[in-house]
Amino acid sequence: MYKLSIDNLNELFALIGQDSKVYAPIERAGQVEFFLWSVEEKVRLDALNTVKSAKGFFFPQTEVLYKTKLEGKKIEIEAAEDAEEPTVYFGVRACDVKSFDVLDKVFLSEPVDSYYAAKRKHGTIVSMACSKPADTCFCGLFGIDATSPAGDVVTWIVGDTLYWDSKTEKGEALTVKVKELLVDADDVEVKKQQTEVKEMIAKAPLHDLSLEGFGGDALDELFNSPKWEALSSACLGCGTCTFVCPTCQCYDIRDYDSGHGVQKFRCWDSCMYSDFTMMAHGNNRTTQLQRFRQRFMHKLVYFPANNDGDFSCVGCGRCLQKCPQSLNIVKVIKALGGKKND
Amino acid sequence: MTKKEDVLIPKLGVVTDIRRDTPDVKTFRVNAPEGGKVFEHMPGQCAMLSIPGVGEAMFSITSSPTNKEFMEFSIKKCGCVTEWLHQMEVGQEILIRGPLGKCFPVETELKGKNLLFVAGGIGIAPLRSVINYVIDNRENYGTVDVVYGARSAEDLVDLKEMQESWSNIDGIDVHLTIDREQEGWDGNVAFVPNYVKDLGFTTDKTVLVCGPPIMIKFTVAGLQEIGFQTNQIYTTMELKMKCGVGKCGRCNIGDKYVCKDGPVFRYDELGELPAEY
Ligand SMILES: Cc1cc2nc3c(=O)[nH]c(=O)nc-3n(C[C@H](O)[C@H](O)[C@H](O)COP(=O)(O)OP(=O)(O)OC[C@H]3O[C@@H](n4cnc5c(N)ncnc54)[C@H](O)[C@@H]3O)c2cc1C
Ligand code: SF4
Ligand code: SF4
Ligand code: FES
Repeated sequence: MYKLSIDNLNELFALIGQDSKVYAPIERAGQVEFFLWSVEEKVRLDALNTVKSAKGFFFPQTEVLYKTKLEGKKIEIEAAEDAEEPTVYFGVRACDVKSFDVLDKVFLSEPVDSYYAAKRKHGTIVSMACSKPADTCFCGLFGIDATSPAGDVVTWIVGDTLYWDSKTEKGEALTVKVKELLVDADDVEVKKQQTEVKEMIAKAPLHDLSLEGFGGDALDELFNSPKWEALSSACLGCGTCTFVCPTCQCYDIRDYDSGHGVQKFRCWDSCMYSDFTMMAHGNNRTTQLQRFRQRFMHKLVYFPANNDGDFSCVGCGRCLQKCPQSLNIVKVIKALGGKKND
Repeated sequence: MTKKEDVLIPKLGVVTDIRRDTPDVKTFRVNAPEGGKVFEHMPGQCAMLSIPGVGEAMFSITSSPTNKEFMEFSIKKCGCVTEWLHQMEVGQEILIRGPLGKCFPVETELKGKNLLFVAGGIGIAPLRSVINYVIDNRENYGTVDVVYGARSAEDLVDLKEMQESWSNIDGIDVHLTIDREQEGWDGNVAFVPNYVKDLGFTTDKTVLVCGPPIMIKFTVAGLQEIGFQTNQIYTTMELKMKCGVGKCGRCNIGDKYVCKDGPVFRYDELGELPAEY
């Protein structure tokens, strides 16, 4: 394990930035999001959750798939190029790091999504342990340890010191590159912080949720539950929950006609939208109840059925913070889950 | 930088023939620009066709893989993409990607079986691929019955092929029907599900049924009444699709993605899905 003073963070980013792009949680106009780092930016490693999640690193909100042009009877097509620029993502929290596992299961399963794969391959993740979990956090429910996140390099901030521990080959390579700024350290302070934070998590409001009763086997019973009515009746179908969610990965493919040709692009979409499943001979989900149910059934039942029991939620709490109607996955888990939630 | 290849990136195809089947259905022949087929497929599989600036939509490949020269698509005019396709002329280039989805199990579960095909309207598109495949591999299959119906005589797709080619092959019976009486039609008049029941097929057959959801539902109910089991029946599902490879989430029903796990399903598998299609 190594350490450096957080006064040297800009030097660290500048050194990494010599041959990589660096993304970090940065405050602009009062909101913290992952933005491309430069010296002028206000880095906010203390901020817990960025407004939007980290999924956009590898699955951007919009991305061009190919360019094409129609002229009379002729068509030209030119594929987009693979992202090959090394990029370091700094300060990713445990829940968001775990979300990459969920996204990998979708985009790296056959047939591999080469757009996602290229960005993933050239990305190095520097995660950051949490020292002050929020009341809306419940990553522990999904087996995530917020004090010891996954990632290529894991970091902890204790007081004015950043501790640095590389975990993978990519992490090792990054460590070598910034070695001149790091000094050897023991893990005493880190261990102490981990113990304290674990105690905080054990007392957090959502610490005792249970996923008992969810997973692939409970499909019919949960789908037909009369409780969806009350759970979903206030939903506006605004899609905020799906956009901020690190594991929501539904997308649309569309044409943008620039006047000099067409860009075929994909963009985030939402199963909460009324036209999501609209087709020529009708719509198979005409009510918001059906759409609301789809979002949560997918996360808690369908996805686990296809992915060895892993859920498509990482407990980041963003949907708890952002839904204008105070609807969220915790309410669903409490209402439909096993007795342990009572 | 390397140029990409991806299942989302289409190839070029050229429309080499256009046939008008009905007032709102045309069948398009598609070749690779250098001739031959753009890619190989199996009966029941689909392809995404697109036009720059118009959009992309999913279609069954209605030609049989035993056709080594070209692919065909029977397309009903009902929206942006399909309207554009309908105004095309021969020589038009289009974008095409596939093959997408699972095929009918022609080389496994259907082999050696007596087959009953039931189609309504444009639902003949995926079945036509299977029927011609079966005809071209005649020795591998038993008897063949085709029940096909449409609103009116003008709406029967591929009528010529059925009457002039299929009907003349030993062991193949074609049963046509239309919804309402009309002048010049001396064939059967009935809705497809009722006609299937009236024909009273023996239950030694494996059934492949495609058409509007309501037709499929009543046909299956009728077949069950005369003793067929749901695991003897195959069908295709139609849901809105974008990626065609199980990732965009659009066609998700229960733990299945219709684009990737279907569109062909055995009916008893459908019964396990939430009633949301
Ligand atoms: C697996 C699969 C296989 C298929 N195979 C076939 C096949 O073999 N042959 C076939 O013909 N189809 C097939 N389809 C259906 C085909 O994909 C749809 O017909 C096609 O997507 C319609 O696309 P479109 O762009 O023309 O319609 P869209 O433009 O998407 O129109 C859809 C609906 O919107 C309405 N609409 C369109 N424009 C407007 C407007 N401006 N204002 C208001 N309403 C509007 C239309 O009336 C229509 O009801 C298949 C579908 C699937 C999923
Ligand atoms: S659950 Fe909330 S955030 Fe999600 S669509 Fe409904 S109202 Fe919007
Ligand atoms: S469902 Fe809510 S808590 Fe779970 S990962 Fe998505 S935004 Fe976070
Ligand atoms: S069409 Fe994208 S998941 Fe099926």
